[in-house]
Amino acid sequence: MVLQLIKQKWFYLAILAIALAVPLLVPNRYFFQIIIISCIFAIATLSMNLILGYTGQASLAHAGFFGIGAYGVGLMTKAGVSFWLALPASALLAALVGFLIGIPTLRTRGSYFAIATLCFGVIVSIIAGNWVSLTGGHTGVVGIPRPSPIPLPLAGEITFQTQTAQYYLVLAFLLLTLFVMHRLVYSLQGLSFMAVRNNEVLADAVGINTFATKMLSFVVANFFAALAGGIYASIIGSISPSTASYTLTFNWLVYLLLGGAATLSGPIAGAFAIPILMEYMQFLEEYRQLIFGALLIVVIIYFPRGLMGGLASLRVKAVNYSHRRKAGVPSAAESGKPDQAF
Amino acid sequence: MLKLKEVTTVIGGFAAIRNVSLEIEKGEFVALLGSNGAGKTTLFRTIAGVLKPANGSIEFKGLKINKLPPHKIVALGLSLCPEGRQLFPQLSVYKNLMLGAYTRRKDPKGVQQTLEQVYELFPILKERRNQPAGTFSGGQQQMLAIARALMSKPDMLLLDEPSMGLAPLVVQKIADAIKSISKEMGTTVFLSEQNANMALMITDRGYVLENGKLVLSGLSRELRNNDMVKKAYLGA
Repeated sequence: MVLQLIKQKWFYLAILAIALAVPLLVPNRYFFQIIIISCIFAIATLSMNLILGYTGQASLAHAGFFGIGAYGVGLMTKAGVSFWLALPASALLAALVGFLIGIPTLRTRGSYFAIATLCFGVIVSIIAGNWVSLTGGHTGVVGIPRPSPIPLPLAGEITFQTQTAQYYLVLAFLLLTLFVMHRLVYSLQGLSFMAVRNNEVLADAVGINTFATKMLSFVVANFFAALAGGIYASIIGSISPSTASYTLTFNWLVYLLLGGAATLSGPIAGAFAIPILMEYMQFLEEYRQLIFGALLIVVIIYFPRGLMGGLASLRVKAVNYSHRRKAGVPSAAESGKPDQAF
Repeated sequence: MLKLKEVTTVIGGFAAIRNVSLEIEKGEFVALLGSNGAGKTTLFRTIAGVLKPANGSIEFKGLKINKLPPHKIVALGLSLCPEGRQLFPQLSVYKNLMLGAYTRRKDPKGVQQTLEQVYELFPILKERRNQPAGTFSGGQQQMLAIARALMSKPDMLLLDEPSMGLAPLVVQKIADAIKSISKEMGTTVFLSEQNANMALMITDRGYVLENGKLVLSGLSRELRNNDMVKKAYLGA
């Protein structure tokens, strides 16, 4: 049964193998570019998932932090700083800005937090469009150099001029992000994120500093959003205020919700599936948005945990079903039969 | 261990508790009786730091705690098991318990020990440790809520109306469990109840709260025979 294999290691290895073989599989340069951008957006969606999915705080400033990373790397590398220095520096800058923004906004809850962060995101793109001397205004920054080559002791150096090299670079960052998120989410710290999402008052009562917990999640999420932005600037080569625009935030939100919030595979699945589907539906032109709108509503109603969350619950049902067939009795998890003692 | 001096808490302009003074010694098992709206929950939330008193002081183990945030009070060893079986519904039983031990995260061995103790107290929790807490029955949820509060290995446990909305048979089970928390585990327990019958059967002494004021206090066996308590709470 395919669904039962999803948890197994070799299934992940197969996906990794396919990911490594992508340069051999892509039909053309255009499609390759879509895959590369999907990888970058998958990093952004994964980090959004941390604050929005796991911690339950709907941050809509995500593209703002992506933009800070993009402008940071764009401006610094154009000024001659190495990409490998500019990237962490920009990500740290975004984390710091996130910390400062978090101090007032994380005190608000629910939709107020969403509105406050949305405002910040919009402000970032307005600044990007109007601080002409620094950001180049609405023309943006063009001619951003590719990531600096990595020197190797014997074989010369790794350059990032070809699409294939760029692809492996973004794939490496995607795997790094996934690794960090995995370690974080399955730690006690990750559990405290989920506790805040589930019941903030109770989280406080069991001894979790809820404000610090939300802050940590927000800062880490913004760090990785800026990381994605920095890579984006260097790979694409030009950025403009639209790189920090809230439309990006909402795209990632759709990837996240369709793929499955609060799962690790969901954001990645969403970030790849939707742009690729969009490409294949080119002939529908603007009507594509309509279809995605309808799809979003259907998913939220019938699969509130998204595609991957839906698959996971199907898997639980399948396992229960097979247990039941083996044992000939309803399984405890599914039967809902009241306990005899009570 | 716990000492309240003239504590007043104001909620929305209304003094929900007024000039409450009380003292609980280490190892005691004390009941807080009162009808709906008497201020029992407000008093507990004030002690736990969720609400800040407008007046008065609260001391725990000789430390002033009325200005501390709740998570710091938990770390000092005072744990509140809130009214209405508050849980993390989407998380498994095991994860709920682990979150209860959040303040002891640097001591995994000790947490494991407490976990075994808690499983012994409520075997059903071990059996169903991987089930989401939200799928539990009322009685099981209450057991989990108490167990979670115990996971922080508190010196003092505040139990806010654990019998609320449960069937008599289940109330009996919960009462037995609370008794063994007090007698066998040596935890100081402050139990708030509308079910005065149950509370006065298991506790050593009790306070009666009416309209936000403490009106009566004494040994539980004496309170059981007190005319006013009988009339108001025992239905005799």
